[in-house]
Amino acid sequence: MKTKLTQAFRNHKALISFVVAGDPDFKQTVDHVVALAEAGCDIVELGIPFSDPVADGPEIQAADLRAFDSKTTPERVFEMVAAIREQTDISLVFLTYANLVYQYGYVAFAKRCAALRVSGLIIPDLPLEEQGELRPALVAQNVALIPLIAPTTTPDRIAAIAKAATGFIYVVSSMGVTGMRQSLTTDLTPLITAIRAETDTPIAIGFGIHTPEQAQKMAEQADGVIVGSAMVHEIASQQDVVAKLTTYTHELRQAVDSVAN
Amino acid sequence: MSTTTNPEMTMTKAGRYGDFGGQYVPETLMPELIRLDNAFQHYQHDADFQAELTDLLNNYANRPSLLSYAKRMSADLGGAQIYFKREDLNHTGAHKINNVLGQALLAKRMGKTRLIAETGAGQHGVATATIAALFGMDCEIYMGKMDTDRQALNVYRMELLGAKVHPVTTGSMVLKDAINAALQAWTQRCDDTAYIMGSATGPHPFPTMVRTFQSVISEEARKQSLELIGHLPDAVVACVGGGSNAIGSFANFIDDPDVQLIGCEAAGKGVTTPLTAATIECGRTGIFHGMKSIFLQDADGQISPVYSISAGLDYPGVGPEHARLAETGRAQYVGVTDDEAVDAFEYLAKTEGIICAIESAHAVAYVQKLAPTMRPDQTIICTLSGRGDKDVAAIAKYRGVTLNED
Repeated sequence: MKTKLTQAFRNHKALISFVVAGDPDFKQTVDHVVALAEAGCDIVELGIPFSDPVADGPEIQAADLRAFDSKTTPERVFEMVAAIREQTDISLVFLTYANLVYQYGYVAFAKRCAALRVSGLIIPDLPLEEQGELRPALVAQNVALIPLIAPTTTPDRIAAIAKAATGFIYVVSSMGVTGMRQSLTTDLTPLITAIRAETDTPIAIGFGIHTPEQAQKMAEQADGVIVGSAMVHEIASQQDVVAKLTTYTHELRQAVDSVAN
Repeated sequence: MSTTTNPEMTMTKAGRYGDFGGQYVPETLMPELIRLDNAFQHYQHDADFQAELTDLLNNYANRPSLLSYAKRMSADLGGAQIYFKREDLNHTGAHKINNVLGQALLAKRMGKTRLIAETGAGQHGVATATIAALFGMDCEIYMGKMDTDRQALNVYRMELLGAKVHPVTTGSMVLKDAINAALQAWTQRCDDTAYIMGSATGPHPFPTMVRTFQSVISEEARKQSLELIGHLPDAVVACVGGGSNAIGSFANFIDDPDVQLIGCEAAGKGVTTPLTAATIECGRTGIFHGMKSIFLQDADGQISPVYSISAGLDYPGVGPEHARLAETGRAQYVGVTDDEAVDAFEYLAKTEGIICAIESAHAVAYVQKLAPTMRPDQTIICTLSGRGDKDVAAIAKYRGVTLNED
């Protein structure tokens, strides 16, 4: 499936950022996403906060709590996207947990995404085995279901996940939950090679990336780089956030662009 | 196989009970769950494994557990004859050890050297720490900070057994949050580590494994009932948090339609208040902790903070097989409040000389209501899932009694 998402990877290595919608409030999230778009991010992942984010580390858990403090609900997040869409056409995807989508209704959720030009969904607790219940609703609306592949993923699973992938493939750099890591030691080359053998769908690496050096190193291996907790960390500082996000994105953009596509 | 019931009987496809169940976990854990399922399928039919498990159950955990006739309580209530399935007499004082022995033995066969687990009241944590000590394995237990406070004795007990206890300070700091933390820890390190799930909850194969290892309760109860009473019981009553002792108590009676199955959920301050943990009565279908099941949640699907005096029943979900048994009507689920459970705790102590766990007291409270509505030629088997030593201080506090613990 060719989507707007795959286009983001076409001309250069993609820079993908993540923020929690509603952290710290509606208006600032809109401002942050617009700033990230203007500073050169190709895709922004918007987290819809969930009460029990089991795949996330302390940084994003704290962001979820700040979002709840500003009364963020899935419905409010859709309204945020509508406000974002008045200012930028950047590729957006949602990252959230299965229960929020299930409760909204798979078909209704897919339709809202399509109407707001949200190109894809990342659902950490919906592995390949369970994607069948959601996939038809997304296919009907041309919304991608972006799968995760982990260092533990076995060859047979890599093949099956890669075949079913739409949008891009999210490669988890290391074991554990989201969060900044001092060093990324897992050698992802065999994993990336195995995925490449199965599909042309772009591959982005996430989990733990925060320095421009790390971003550059990951961009050398894949088609894109995902920076999440480090963005959330800047937002948590609550001071000059737009300026900080802009500067940080410029640094990451430069690092990623230093790698030829 | 030490159990006679085939889990596939209520399982509609791999890991599913009707639409409930499944494997809603991050990809990082999927390969490990598949390995675990394969190992479980294999060793379920392995004679050596089963012989070792049976030996441990009988010669370490003190099985079979008694089926005791509650003579004074039956006379006092004036209806059905009441029998208690005495899981409180197991080593470590609860049914939890049945499952831990099975899962830990499986972990050993899989080459794991380290056990992690969540715990609510602490009984599952104690059982896991105990078996880790017995098998010479490392052990780390995740327990909500609220629960480490109200079950301090069990925390010390786990430490005595050589386990490291992590108080969990996220969310409402109870069982749900302990499971989140244990799942996260497992995501970080699963190569040498087995996650010993304490209840019949979580992603497949846990609900089926826990049910299989706990069904020794009803395997024995069925046999004991036929020997002692001469017929099957008319009702089986057990408390339900995630539902491990209840599914173990029901398993070998599910195919006997004349045996009424009743699960007692913790209603806390009452099902009309937000301070409740009565999942089946007040919740609806959702996806959480690796399974599609019934959960207490808000309109958007955010999981609700729950409440019960019992740390072991203080959980916003229920195992997928219970969700299915409720849906088909094969089992009934009733709410029992804190007040009713505490009254039953005291009643059982004074009437039968048994101090049971506050969790089990929820089942006893319902038996107090049910028995008088039945005939004297009918029988009830009520599972006493654990003993109540751990709860004595909390009950005293509930009654406003100050104990001098210096």
